[in-house]
Amino acid sequence: MNVKHFIEDKYLVFELTEEIDHHESEKIKKRADYEIQRLMPKRVVFDFEKVNFMDSAGIGLIIGRYKTVSCYGGKIELINVNNKLRKIFELSGLKRFIREEKLV
Amino acid sequence: MNNEMKLEFLSKSANESFARIAVAAFVSQLDPTIEEIADIKTSVSEAVTNCIIHAYPDREGIIKIKSVLNDNEVEIEISDTGEGIENVEEARTPLYTSKVNLERSGMGFTIIENFMDDLRVESIVGIGTKLTMKKIIKKENT
Repeated sequence: MNVKHFIEDKYLVFELTEEIDHHESEKIKKRADYEIQRLMPKRVVFDFEKVNFMDSAGIGLIIGRYKTVSCYGGKIELINVNNKLRKIFELSGLKRFIREEKLV
Repeated sequence: MNNEMKLEFLSKSANESFARIAVAAFVSQLDPTIEEIADIKTSVSEAVTNCIIHAYPDREGIIKIKSVLNDNEVEIEISDTGEGIENVEEARTPLYTSKVNLERSGMGFTIIENFMDDLRVESIVGIGTKLTMKKIIKKENT
């Protein structure tokens, strides 16, 4: 996972590259929580462009980070969500976090 | 096409990707679409994760997968000899999770139900759990 931090725009981007399952999500969570707690960015963006697999562990990942980020008034955005992943986000009610337009 | 395979592996989370990729490779004989393969991989991943987290919470155990191809239908059986589920109906409820502290979404069974054409859950507490799921691979693909 690559992490990009844009200080002026106050947002943090996690470029997810792994297959997101229970096994991989534990590592992603650790890294993401570390960065989020350190920087407390207004916007936390998860970029799914390079993700070719995700199961419900991805939902747990997003809901968990959403809880942390909303504690200090931040927002979660999901970008580059393909149709395969979209199905899973729709089923679990996380569709509202998907940002359709380009980031910048 | 009629074919059958069996797999047995330890309940280590590193085996989640092995299991779904192995099943996907086997099912590919039926010429499924990319979407059908994705549905099957996700469902296998949910079932195997359940075994690792819920069937064998404090120890490693054996997870078995049996898959049968029958014409254009794939049947996948995933079983363990772990804890078992006390209330299957409750476990299948969307958003229900018995492991709240683990950040589980409670969507595992719901995803399988939506992505596969049929799901049967048999479980006996202390003996184990068996999931049997079926998916029709649409003929128009080929």
